[in-house]
Amino acid sequence: MNRRTVWKHVKSAALILAAILREIFDEAAYSRFLGHSGMAPCRASYAAFQCEHTAAKARRPKCC
Amino acid sequence: MPKALRAVIWLVVAGGGALAVATIALHRGEQINAMWLVVAAVCVYAVGYRFYSKFIAAKMLVLDPQRATPAERLENGRDFVPTNKWVVFGHHFAAIAGPGPLVGPVLAAQFGYLPGTLWILSGAVLGGCVQDFVILLFSVRRDGKSLTEMAREEVGRVGGLVAYAAIISIIVILLGVCALVVVNALKASPWGTFTIAMTIPIALLMGIYLRRIRPGKVLETSVLGFVLVLLAIVGGQWVSQSARVGGWFTFSATTLAVLIITYGFAASALPVWLLLAPRDYLSTFVKLGTIALLAGGIVALRPVLHMPPLTRFVDGSGPIFAGKIFPFAFITIACGAISGFHALISSGTTPKLIRREAETRMVGYGAMMCESMVAIMATIAACVLQPGTYFAINSPAGIVGAAPEAASSAISAWGFPVSAAEMHALAQAVGEQTLFNRTGGAPAFAVGMAHIFANSLGGQALMAIWYHFAIMFEALFILTVLDAGTRVGRFMIQDALGHVWKPLGRTSWYPSVLATSALIVAGWGYFLWQGVKDPLGGINSLWPLFGIANQLLATVALCVATTIVVKMGRARYAFVTLAPLIWLVTVTFTASYQKVFSENPRIGFLSHARQLVAAGANPRLIFNDRLDAAVTAVLIFMVGLVLLESVWVWARVLAGKKEAQVQEAPFVATRFAEEQI
Repeated sequence: MNRRTVWKHVKSAALILAAILREIFDEAAYSRFLGHSGMAPCRASYAAFQCEHTAAKARRPKCC
Repeated sequence: MPKALRAVIWLVVAGGGALAVATIALHRGEQINAMWLVVAAVCVYAVGYRFYSKFIAAKMLVLDPQRATPAERLENGRDFVPTNKWVVFGHHFAAIAGPGPLVGPVLAAQFGYLPGTLWILSGAVLGGCVQDFVILLFSVRRDGKSLTEMAREEVGRVGGLVAYAAIISIIVILLGVCALVVVNALKASPWGTFTIAMTIPIALLMGIYLRRIRPGKVLETSVLGFVLVLLAIVGGQWVSQSARVGGWFTFSATTLAVLIITYGFAASALPVWLLLAPRDYLSTFVKLGTIALLAGGIVALRPVLHMPPLTRFVDGSGPIFAGKIFPFAFITIACGAISGFHALISSGTTPKLIRREAETRMVGYGAMMCESMVAIMATIAACVLQPGTYFAINSPAGIVGAAPEAASSAISAWGFPVSAAEMHALAQAVGEQTLFNRTGGAPAFAVGMAHIFANSLGGQALMAIWYHFAIMFEALFILTVLDAGTRVGRFMIQDALGHVWKPLGRTSWYPSVLATSALIVAGWGYFLWQGVKDPLGGINSLWPLFGIANQLLATVALCVATTIVVKMGRARYAFVTLAPLIWLVTVTFTASYQKVFSENPRIGFLSHARQLVAAGANPRLIFNDRLDAAVTAVLIFMVGLVLLESVWVWARVLAGKKEAQVQEAPFVATRFAEEQI
């Protein structure tokens, strides 16, 4: 495997890791919310997102 | 890769696993290196995933690469979102990883490292991973329906009702036990209490920062919160050394219990964005980082296990909890081997994110293997301690005595030498006043983890910092489960009461919010109070109760899974879910019978109550024992009903008296069919 291929794999792994973290920490969900609501990222849109998203999240049990 | 080479590689993996398991199981007289456990686990998981999960996917579940998942069919950009399999895997693992796989294996180490390790490996590969995988797939095929909905539709009304009642019960017992673990970790510990107390304003600050200053920047906010928590740990050392300030944060177990109950109530009633959500983010951030750090520390240090493979307590006379390996090791370690709670996650958010049916194997089976690996790491953290130290930390004052000299003598007399001076030096090294009688598993895990970290990163000078980092990690983890669980329990009660009188079901109506919050907090608060007042430390009674409740939920999940398999016409492969089901029924029913009726007062709730009556003890303690017996009996009765209803359905379907009709969503072809899995 040459250096270029290795770099490609490392970059791809880093991108997946970043995507996992964005999903776990709800940043991806916020982006999707902005996409389907047509709102711009601001306090009001984040408050609206939290209102919708955290209400559902708070109903989910945390695993033991 | 050529087929022959693949076969050779898998033979090497299987051979390596067999050698490692044999070394763990058969080595006697000399200490072994923890890496044997790591190698055994990695090889067993690899073989289990490659062969067993593939067999289940191909033969029993017949995963269909052409079938669209609800994430694709019902895509709405909110709940239903087709997501990259690695992202779903990470998300699912973060959701199932809780404090259970850290605490259970530490407690079960009283039998030695062997029983717990073998149960974690076999339980996960043949039971826990199977349950998570199968329930995830069945939920995917039913538009992401929950376990209770599937139980009602596939098994019957009793199944649905019992699943609901079991979830409420397990939440109440779980929260009581979790709170007890925190209380035992923080009592008389100003450093630990200060650090944990600081996480509350830090979470509030994060909530405001996220809402007002940097909306949506959760990762950035979590990093900021983490830095503040690290500062709180360092500041805690100063607090513990200050006679005046230290006094403000030095609490007895009862005071801490009252504070935690108050906190649980407040957290349930405060807006989610202000406390619960940021605390959840912070906890997840610390959790993922610490698990990775612990894995790295174990591989870097390759510590020796000082605990023998089997201790004298296999006879059931253990000081941490009474009872023999069978059935008690199997209910003490639930998460990490098989946990019913995972069935709730596998039928919650995850099925709504799965892009292809085939990915349920990697997400369901694979994430549980990682959770099981965390349990192996917890076993290692407990077993790197000298056995005398381990028992000194975990044995309650009611068994070994409260005075250091008396406790040391009692533990040394069991064949695990330890002195009061050694324990004092260790307590000094980790910045605690004492480490005797710190039941609950968290302090022992923290000492083991600090030992691993200090010897691989930073040296002995950082032992106290690492210990309090570990305590913070566990307590933060547990308090997140506590506040989220209280709120979930509140919603469930409100949903039920809403059928009686509509306003009670409204989550925005404050009288209902306060009343139901009080109800759920009173439920787990009672168990917490009972544990705090128990002269045997509470864990002896409550952890088995929690283990039984959790495994009974797994029994319900496996009943649902087996029923669906039978209805699918795949009864010849039903042994896949039936085998762990039979094992769990045997274990939980035996454990429940012993916990209620055993003549040994250290095991049986009723015989203990009789002993207390004879001694003229406090009526409250007698009532507690009878209550625990009643709770156990009710749980077993309810699950017995589900079991009977399931067997009835299987018999009728197999005899051709009932139509074998599953309640799956109709087939729709996927647009992702051409993509490589």
